[in-house]
Amino acid sequence: MDLLEYQGKQFFAQYGIPVSDGEATGDVEEAVAIANRVGYPVVVKAQVHVGGRGKAGGVKLADNEAEAREHATNILGLDIKGHIVKTIWVEVASDIAEEYYASFTLDRSAKQYLGMLSAEGGVEIETVAEENPDAIAKIHVNPAEGLSEEACRAWVAAAKLNPKATEGAVDILMKLFTAYVEGDADLVEINPLILKPTGEVHALDAKVSLDANAMYEHPEYAQYDATQPRDEREEAAHAKGLQYVGLDGSVGVIANGAGLAMSTLDVVNQVGGSPANFLDIGGGANADVMAGALEVINDDKNVKAIFINIFGGITRGEEVANGIIEAMGRVQLDSPIVVRLDGTNAEEGRAILKPKLSDRLMMEDTMLSAAAKAVELAGN
Amino acid sequence: MSIFVDENTKVIYQGLTGSTGRYYGLLNRDYGTQVVAGTHPKKAGTDVDGIPIFASVADAAEATGATATCIFIPAGGVQGAVLEAAEAGMELVVCITEGVPAHDEANFFNVLRRDFPGTRLLGPNCPGLISPGKANIGITAGHIAKAGGPVGIVSRSGTLTYQALYELQQKDIGVTTCVGIGGDPVPGTSFIDCLEAFEADPETKAVMMIGEIGGSAEEEAADYIKHNMSKPVSSYIAGVTAPAGKKMGHAGAIVSGGQGTAKAKMEALEDAGVRVGQNPTEAGELMAEIVAGL
Repeated sequence: MDLLEYQGKQFFAQYGIPVSDGEATGDVEEAVAIANRVGYPVVVKAQVHVGGRGKAGGVKLADNEAEAREHATNILGLDIKGHIVKTIWVEVASDIAEEYYASFTLDRSAKQYLGMLSAEGGVEIETVAEENPDAIAKIHVNPAEGLSEEACRAWVAAAKLNPKATEGAVDILMKLFTAYVEGDADLVEINPLILKPTGEVHALDAKVSLDANAMYEHPEYAQYDATQPRDEREEAAHAKGLQYVGLDGSVGVIANGAGLAMSTLDVVNQVGGSPANFLDIGGGANADVMAGALEVINDDKNVKAIFINIFGGITRGEEVANGIIEAMGRVQLDSPIVVRLDGTNAEEGRAILKPKLSDRLMMEDTMLSAAAKAVELAGN
Repeated sequence: MSIFVDENTKVIYQGLTGSTGRYYGLLNRDYGTQVVAGTHPKKAGTDVDGIPIFASVADAAEATGATATCIFIPAGGVQGAVLEAAEAGMELVVCITEGVPAHDEANFFNVLRRDFPGTRLLGPNCPGLISPGKANIGITAGHIAKAGGPVGIVSRSGTLTYQALYELQQKDIGVTTCVGIGGDPVPGTSFIDCLEAFEADPETKAVMMIGEIGGSAEEEAADYIKHNMSKPVSSYIAGVTAPAGKKMGHAGAIVSGGQGTAKAKMEALEDAGVRVGQNPTEAGELMAEIVAGL
């Protein structure tokens, strides 16, 4: 779950990390009022889930009320790589002496947390990693032990920041680590982390991604979930609790389990077709879930055939079969369905489907033959 | 032989009293697994279809001599359940539950590594493991696995684990043990742990490895195979056509910053001498060729 910059800054602020005084709004006059309150010069920043907003004209400096109004007017409604700006963040502009980079994420190989700190901030960290890898100081933190201030201090020393920044950096990094762990984040990144001429250290940007699995511990994260970028199909699937990713093809795909769903996309491609989506109905999918999944696929106008690929473990064959039949009764399906059913209670499931088979509902024995049938029906 | 479990393994089910735990606990028992106990802090003294319920894993282990547990409880309780099992001296902890927060996983993985080196954790978010004809712990449909070897299977994805078993059964090829390690960012047991165990198991003559996009576990496994394995391996990686930046269901399955692509994984495996199929069926066919040549 990726946060917008302003959400990331509010998240940081909860953990005591210094960010610029500012507020988010979707209204021009409100933006002007915020600018007047925080004091000029201000920066007006588009809040979108996509990079490159500066180049697209989504970040502007305003020295007075007229400029603030002009920029807010221009940026709200701006199309940045297909993302329409609905919210802007207005904050007091900062004097910058130096720009650094700091982040925490999980190193899946080491199975430990990885902190990265660099004196070369303000640019993509991938670029620094490629061109000057020695400029990134890394620290591995054992999740069962946590980050000690002593280790943090040694890490900051290794990054060779300006000595003036040491105390401020240690303070912010300790807080950033707390935010990362206690906030159940997948990623916390500050780029740039700035040193002001006055000697203070400060988070000028915020990139935060939160673990959706931890939402039950943080009910307030529902506000972030609501601003995730989703197309219409993805929104409808999300509302039904389905794992769905929209694609461009004509074969609607429903499978159980992420691996099998990915594999289904691969196989549809291999037999010359093009999948319309990834949809994992998960373990324990019952009739309601299957009906919901078919509704979402059916609403996708590009879909010409539907391939249901189920290998039951937790998911039981008879529930899948009942779900398909229930959905066919509930929704006027525009496309024919090809079903491949194996695993737990597959025989029962097939027996339920058998009397209902027609040119709208077909059954195939294998994943490959079912994919070929669905692709043929889609007219690829 | 099998790896990690056999017909003598006694298993406690944490969450046996819940509907999913009960369903699979009883299915596992019907398969032949020694399901000797369940746990629930408030239901000690009751039973689930004749299987006694104890208040804790320690109590259940003391009464039954069990050395393994299988966890079927909601995500929020998993961290406590895993640590409870480890503290009770369990040698194997199989966690089926999905949706466990990544920080919880990172924490209990490292607590186990530091304080309970004798405990093997499998999962979370995995289908469990099956040594066909001997024991089935988890949610794999037992009838799709043929017993007897010579192939060992290790897989990151649940349903693709079943698919792999099924492909081999269709070709009348038996399996020593099939381990589903799960698709989460911090799996308790890795590909390499399983490859190592299969390499050491005299009855396993070849290994089928099913991976997916995201992370670098397959590349690390390829490196291990290249330098340490004498037994032939066939493989399949799911997600060849997955778009970058989109999480494909599993918390771990995402191609980001050019890392974790199926192509890179397949190349690393091929470079290690692994025969890589383009889909699960092809990986099964390659394994049939390998088995025919043994």
